[in-house]
Amino acid sequence: MAFEFSRTQGREILSLMLRSRFLEEKVEALFASHAMHGTTHLAVGQEAVHAGVSPALDPDDWIVTTHRCHGHTLAKGASEEAMLAEFYGLSQGLAQGLGGSMHMIDLEHHNAGSSAVVGSGVPIATGMALQLKRKASPNLVVAFFGDGASSRGAVHEAMNMASVMNLPVLFLCEHNLYGMSTCARDMVSVESIASRGPGYGIESLMVDGNDVEIVYSAVQEAARYIREQKRPYLLEVRTYRFSGHSKNDKRTYRTRKEEQEWLSRDPIEALKKKLISRGHLIEEEYNLMEDSIRSRIDEIADRLGDQHEELDLAQAAAYVYSPEVAE
Amino acid sequence: MIKLSYREAIRQAMMEEMERDPDVVLIGEDVGCYGGCFQVTPGMIERFGPRQVIETPVSEECIVGVAVGAAMMGMKPIVEVMYGDFSTLAADPLINHAAKIRFMSAGQQSVPLVYRTPMGSGTGAAAQHTQSLEALFTNVPGLKIVYPASPTDAKGLMKSAIRDPDPVLFFEHKLYGAEELVPQEDYLIPIGKADIKRQGSDVTIITYGKTVFTALEAARVLENDEISAEVLDLRSLRPLDTEAILASVKKTGRVVVLHEAPRFGGFAGEIVSTIVEDLEAFSALKAPVVRVCGLDMPTPFNKNLEQQLPPSSKRIIESVLAMFRG
Ligand SMILES: Cc1ncc(C[n+]2csc(CCOP(=O)(O)OP(=O)(O)O)c2C)c(N)n1
Repeated sequence: MAFEFSRTQGREILSLMLRSRFLEEKVEALFASHAMHGTTHLAVGQEAVHAGVSPALDPDDWIVTTHRCHGHTLAKGASEEAMLAEFYGLSQGLAQGLGGSMHMIDLEHHNAGSSAVVGSGVPIATGMALQLKRKASPNLVVAFFGDGASSRGAVHEAMNMASVMNLPVLFLCEHNLYGMSTCARDMVSVESIASRGPGYGIESLMVDGNDVEIVYSAVQEAARYIREQKRPYLLEVRTYRFSGHSKNDKRTYRTRKEEQEWLSRDPIEALKKKLISRGHLIEEEYNLMEDSIRSRIDEIADRLGDQHEELDLAQAAAYVYSPEVAE
Repeated sequence: MIKLSYREAIRQAMMEEMERDPDVVLIGEDVGCYGGCFQVTPGMIERFGPRQVIETPVSEECIVGVAVGAAMMGMKPIVEVMYGDFSTLAADPLINHAAKIRFMSAGQQSVPLVYRTPMGSGTGAAAQHTQSLEALFTNVPGLKIVYPASPTDAKGLMKSAIRDPDPVLFFEHKLYGAEELVPQEDYLIPIGKADIKRQGSDVTIITYGKTVFTALEAARVLENDEISAEVLDLRSLRPLDTEAILASVKKTGRVVVLHEAPRFGGFAGEIVSTIVEDLEAFSALKAPVVRVCGLDMPTPFNKNLEQQLPPSSKRIIESVLAMFRG
């Protein structure tokens, strides 16, 4: 029997996916209107991964994210308010405006932050797992990385090390077919990154990353395995980013036809349909859900957009070293 | 002469050299149809095909190592790394290998490699995409390091770098759209030669890369205070044009050394040492040498904070005025 969400759970997960989608759409609009500066990497289309991973974990499990970190940060528990404040560079943001779009961090919810040097977060997650193991903690660490980052040596080195040291890491390859512009077909030596698991002596699995129930149950299974066997696990989820790589991507490297095919597999639409067919949701409720999430995000974004509380230089400089050894 | 942007000048140099010599090969991530992270390489794969424009996986350490190996076999690779910050990943093949292979083999092997990467802040890309890491490499014998500011210098230095038998690190600033008139004929700017970007007699501002523009801006303002500032653009950090530095210092007797990288342990220290170790230059000094550098902290994301990090023309002007107040 395929795993199915309960009524409440299904609606919660759908709501989380919509929050992620609308938050990112808002952020995209704010960047386009220059209300935000820098760059941003959206994961619109990958919401089944956001909502399928962290909610399937123990709240005390850790995650280490990437440059494309918004959805994961939200799914692990950060509020839109704290995230939007960070996007704006405000002092009430997740990193007081020092990190920005690529460096969302939320220790309260065991989100250890991200590396925007793609792949470099994977050994760091592995090191966190080493310390969890030393402390006999029942928890694990999820190391997110993309198909592009899978070519970094450090990722391979981390998998080998986690295997020989029996570390509680869930290597989570968020495979969206492309790095920046290059297709995994041309850059990755195997059809599936999960198929590399045996090469490290690591259990592995590839699943459909656009079906949130499949992702959720695969993560639950993987987490159970990691806790029981005290071994790492490699899970590859197949998805697609609807958006461009970053702010100014004209997407010349892929066809509109391919995009259309994936758009027809929108993970939010898919869950919505399932919930409706199970009688767990009706169209009107869904519309209300959309409206209330959109308007809440708009309200927060508008309110924060008018605020100007920012760190000053001395306050920022005070974070270079711990207070004890500051010069 | 033809008007070219900084990125176009670099592209044109690479394309002309690739035309001339089929062993000149561009290697990097997303350098094909995407045109590279900063749009330096559009049109190149269309023109030269995948034999001469090689798109790679995200594997910086490996890409640069591969380029070292290919260079040993006669290729003249130009490796593009998207952000200078990722040079930390390329450090092993560059520092432990490219820089030493000629020496360790007693001259039997050479590594004619060009390593291109952009440095610096101003893009809102936060702490891991905005650093100026040149000083990590200037301390390594065996590497040549250039850091052009203008399109003309970029084109001429790129050609010299490609034709050089040794590994050359070619650092770029991110004002890729900055334009000027560039000679159309085949020309070279020699590695190791500084250039006076503005003649002056009262103070010398020594710098390289993007801060050349900041120095020129400061020099224009200082004119109002009747201070004539000379702007010396080093263009190459290693080898360093000691002669040009000393000559200018002896002429003006006052020196500001300027760069965006943090001050502590930065390349400015090398320049200051060069000056004070020379008796004539030292004796010519009418005021202590001043360093105006980036602040000693990682780049904050917040725009207002980020803008305060690199040296501004205001900071340069204040330092210069303070010298005259004595
Ligand atoms: C080490 C490193 N090399 C290059 C980059 C530039 N870069 C940013 S995102 C990206 C593509 C990464 O692809 P993937 O890992 O599949 O993640 P996705 O962007 O698809 O989420 C690249 C090459 C980087 N940030 N870090």
